[in-house]
Amino acid sequence: MERIYNRILQIAGNVIMVEADGPKFGELARIESAQGTSLAEVIKVDHNQVFLQVFSGTAGVSTQDRLKFLGHGMQAPFSPSLLGRIFDGKGTPRDAGPNLADSLIETAGPCVNPATRVLPSKMIRTGIPMIDLFNSLVEAQKISIFSSSGEPHNALLARIALQAEVDIIVLGCMGVLYDDYLFFKEQLENTDAMNRTVLFVHTASDPVVEALKVPDLALAVAENFALQGKRVLTLLTDMTNFADALKEIAIIMEQVPSNRGYPGDLYTQLAQRYEKAADFKGAGSLTLVSVTTMPGNDVTHPVPDNTGYITEGQYYLNGGRIEPFGSLSRLKQLVNKNTRSDHRAIMDAMIQLYASSRETEEKRAMGFKMSPWDQKLLLYNKLFAQKLMDLEVNIPLEGALDLCWSILAQCFTPEETRLKSELIAKYWPTG
Amino acid sequence: MSLQGTVVGITGNLVKVAFDGKLMQNEIALVDLKGQKLKGEVIRIRGNEAEVQIFEDTKGIGKGDKVEFTGTLLSVQLGPGLLGMLFDGLQNPLNALAEETGFFTPRGHHIAPLDLNQKWAFTGTAKLGQSLYPGDCFGTVPEGRFTHKIQIPYGLTGPLELVDLRPDGRYNLTEPIGTLKNQEGETFELRLSFEWPVKKAIRCYEERLMPTEPMVTQVRIVDSLFPVAKGGTYCIPGPFGAGKTVLQQITSRYAEVDIVIIAACGERANEVVETIKEFPELIDPRTGKSLMERTIIICNTSSMPVAARESSVYTAVTLGEYYRQMGLDVLMLADSTSRWAQALRERSGRLEEIPGEEAFPAYLESMIAGFYERAGRVRFKGGEVGSLTIGGTVSPAGGNFDEPVTKATLKVVGAFHGLSRERSDARRFPAIDPLESWSKYQGVVLNQKRLKMAGLLKRVNEINQMMKVVGEEGTSTDDFITFLKGEFFDSVYLQQNAFDEVDAATPRERQAEGFELVENLVDRPLNLEDKVLAREFFNHLRQRFIDWNSLTFGSEPYKAKKREILNLINEKSQGHGKDL
Ligand SMILES: Nc1ncnc2c1ncn2[C@@H]1O[C@H](COP(=O)(O)OP(=O)(O)OP(=O)(O)O)[C@@H](O)[C@H]1O
Ligand SMILES: [Mg+2]
Repeated sequence: MERIYNRILQIAGNVIMVEADGPKFGELARIESAQGTSLAEVIKVDHNQVFLQVFSGTAGVSTQDRLKFLGHGMQAPFSPSLLGRIFDGKGTPRDAGPNLADSLIETAGPCVNPATRVLPSKMIRTGIPMIDLFNSLVEAQKISIFSSSGEPHNALLARIALQAEVDIIVLGCMGVLYDDYLFFKEQLENTDAMNRTVLFVHTASDPVVEALKVPDLALAVAENFALQGKRVLTLLTDMTNFADALKEIAIIMEQVPSNRGYPGDLYTQLAQRYEKAADFKGAGSLTLVSVTTMPGNDVTHPVPDNTGYITEGQYYLNGGRIEPFGSLSRLKQLVNKNTRSDHRAIMDAMIQLYASSRETEEKRAMGFKMSPWDQKLLLYNKLFAQKLMDLEVNIPLEGALDLCWSILAQCFTPEETRLKSELIAKYWPTG
Repeated sequence: MSLQGTVVGITGNLVKVAFDGKLMQNEIALVDLKGQKLKGEVIRIRGNEAEVQIFEDTKGIGKGDKVEFTGTLLSVQLGPGLLGMLFDGLQNPLNALAEETGFFTPRGHHIAPLDLNQKWAFTGTAKLGQSLYPGDCFGTVPEGRFTHKIQIPYGLTGPLELVDLRPDGRYNLTEPIGTLKNQEGETFELRLSFEWPVKKAIRCYEERLMPTEPMVTQVRIVDSLFPVAKGGTYCIPGPFGAGKTVLQQITSRYAEVDIVIIAACGERANEVVETIKEFPELIDPRTGKSLMERTIIICNTSSMPVAARESSVYTAVTLGEYYRQMGLDVLMLADSTSRWAQALRERSGRLEEIPGEEAFPAYLESMIAGFYERAGRVRFKGGEVGSLTIGGTVSPAGGNFDEPVTKATLKVVGAFHGLSRERSDARRFPAIDPLESWSKYQGVVLNQKRLKMAGLLKRVNEINQMMKVVGEEGTSTDDFITFLKGEFFDSVYLQQNAFDEVDAATPRERQAEGFELVENLVDRPLNLEDKVLAREFFNHLRQRFIDWNSLTFGSEPYKAKKREILNLINEKSQGHGKDL
């Protein structure tokens, strides 16, 4: 049944309206306009009125353009020959390779039954002490890098991707600068990682609405590889651009905004994507690391705020370093009990002391006299930043743990560390 | 035949249905999508169009799809076999579902909540001819370590005469086990299970009592400073990552109650998985049985359909009320009530209602109040007492408590455990802010002592603020010692390591002992000449106390360590009262 319409009754923002009688909620349509063809998706049906969001934007769309309903929702290409390929936000090739239109899968499928999930239990080692030691990354975790413009979040993302031992990498870019896209491509190609990677790329110069589908495409592909037994790492950058695209559509649809213009379902929209991270019993896993830039470096902005409530932690990037405060891996306790017996305790002790050292640092800045205790904390503060926080540092976890003990011993007596006597007896450096 | 309708519009999870006939507000509707029946609830009726909120994914629904109205309200099945189960927000048993559908939860797939074929050993307790009322027990079946009371369905109207009762024996949930007759002569068949609408509170009790008995959580800062009472309510607001979920998880493990109902409402699936995987292996020290045997989990995680999120908290509270009817102490934990409030907001937005603050609906407050009102300690006809305690987390936007959900919740609860970002950043767990939190209930420590310690913490905060201005050198040694005392109380008593086997849970008697020890130290003047010596002494003492916290209660090393601590205190407080 061909369903073709020639009369667009309303064009507002990136949303058009036609009168039609059969379209389903979520169904796709193709519009042929003077600007070329574009996909559109049904986002509301009210009696005969059907509203669609147009992926390439409505600029140049006219009231008499041809609209054809396709009879299905958003689909993603999926086959083994996907590896090494680059697609855009509509799922069409961005590289010179062939179109994979004959092997398509549904996107935004049903959610994983919690009863079938297995607890994530394998640590992904990155060689970055602020991650491995203080906030371990775990296979099947969903975690975001909180960052602001100018911070090396994409470099960090690439480093995690290349260092992690996974079978497949799926990278989804939303509204990234073209240079950043080239950076990722180069990094992947230089290390041969490209032939186990699939890219879905939407750059800042592409139509905004196209950013909306990138997470769904990337996650559908990742999920299918995971079900085939692959360990998949999915990277999504930048989720703030995704949220902004949602906001734009919500405003056009005259939805009541809840907070700074964002729609009330922002939490749900983000969660539906992030919750795709899972460890499938007897099959593979999907790990999700994203970038969330914080407008105005404000962590209470609705996008980072909602994200923080959804992800299993965040790496808080500030001044080119991963901050110990504000960073968190909620799954760390699932893995750090099996690393080394001092891991958990020293992690907490180091941070508690670092918190005290920050206070002392403030006191010093205000010109107070430093007590002997303050002097110790100041030294500690310096060593901690130099030896552990610097992103250049690349050491295995065990080395980092030893380093912690040596820093503690340089600065403090055992009793000042709040560590249990038992651990001190075992690990405190002698001589 | 039931009422039929036709889809005429759809936005998100809201479907507009044209109908002609008698339709009830909140009636359950089923949208037929190529044979799949998608469940929804009527939430507004205007003329001959009803708006139905669908509990499942709505992709693919179109104009003209058929809708069947069921004539029933959203209900749960009550009966033996609920304990140990994992349900979704609509009471679908997720384990059974997984067996049928694998990794995912496809829409339109509904399964009976309880195993209808399982037989239970029924013992009748009522006499033929006896006059009974809704909620009265007429027999029992053993369910794990509990005696599950089989009750007269709450929806009937008494008095009802018991005209038939089947002999004791094994019956499944669908077999009739007795017959009732009302005064008009109509008869009703009794079974081991019956249904009840989730949004209606179960009120089959004689009276509500004051919540006066502490509900021991074994979390020191809670029980000693900001206690919760059996039948009371409390909330835990806090920014993301501050420790709300961990606090609820340890409470669900160690709380001294009979039954725990966990509502994972719009949060992460993995957090539920932790509980499902760990509880069957953990032994409840009070009963020697696995923790799962006293637990029910209702799980509507963040990626599951939003509309079912709202029903999940009601499903949980209804199951809680049901077990309370058996004279048990029930604790219901909801994580997070903000997600439920957000579901209301999404719905209200789609209905284009006039928005209130932050776009939440104007009726948010009364919904929250109505929910917490379902907690309570109640007395039944026979004199038995049962309680339902409700604890909910709140996830305020931006971590700022000055927002609609936190404000509305604080108006109705009896205790407030506010988590602070500073404390969680500094790894001072549980990150309950002792300066902001409060409780109206009586805990395991005398109120007067509790107030004294709270006063100390206030004073310490003042000293700390002052030190930030005048520096340590500008602070008197006395004030400095007071400061160290407060810090000591905080780090060895208020902070508790959830991941240390022993420290994770502190029973009532141990709390009393630890509290007294710290109190003694706080009360005593100490012979510490200068600040350096004072700091050294407290470091020393703290080390001993932290070690003491992870020694088994009452063991020899425990006693020896306590002696060591007392000796240290005696040494520094000579001339100030009797040795401890
Ligand atoms: N009592 C505790 N002891 C030790 N660590 C804790 C404790 N409470 C919380 N944490 C640490 O903080 C992390 C976050 O805690 P939790 O998941 O409970 O936060 P939350 O307040 O529920 O956050 P959200 O609102 O995002 O769900 C935990 O994964 C754990 O690492
Ligand atoms: Mg939580």
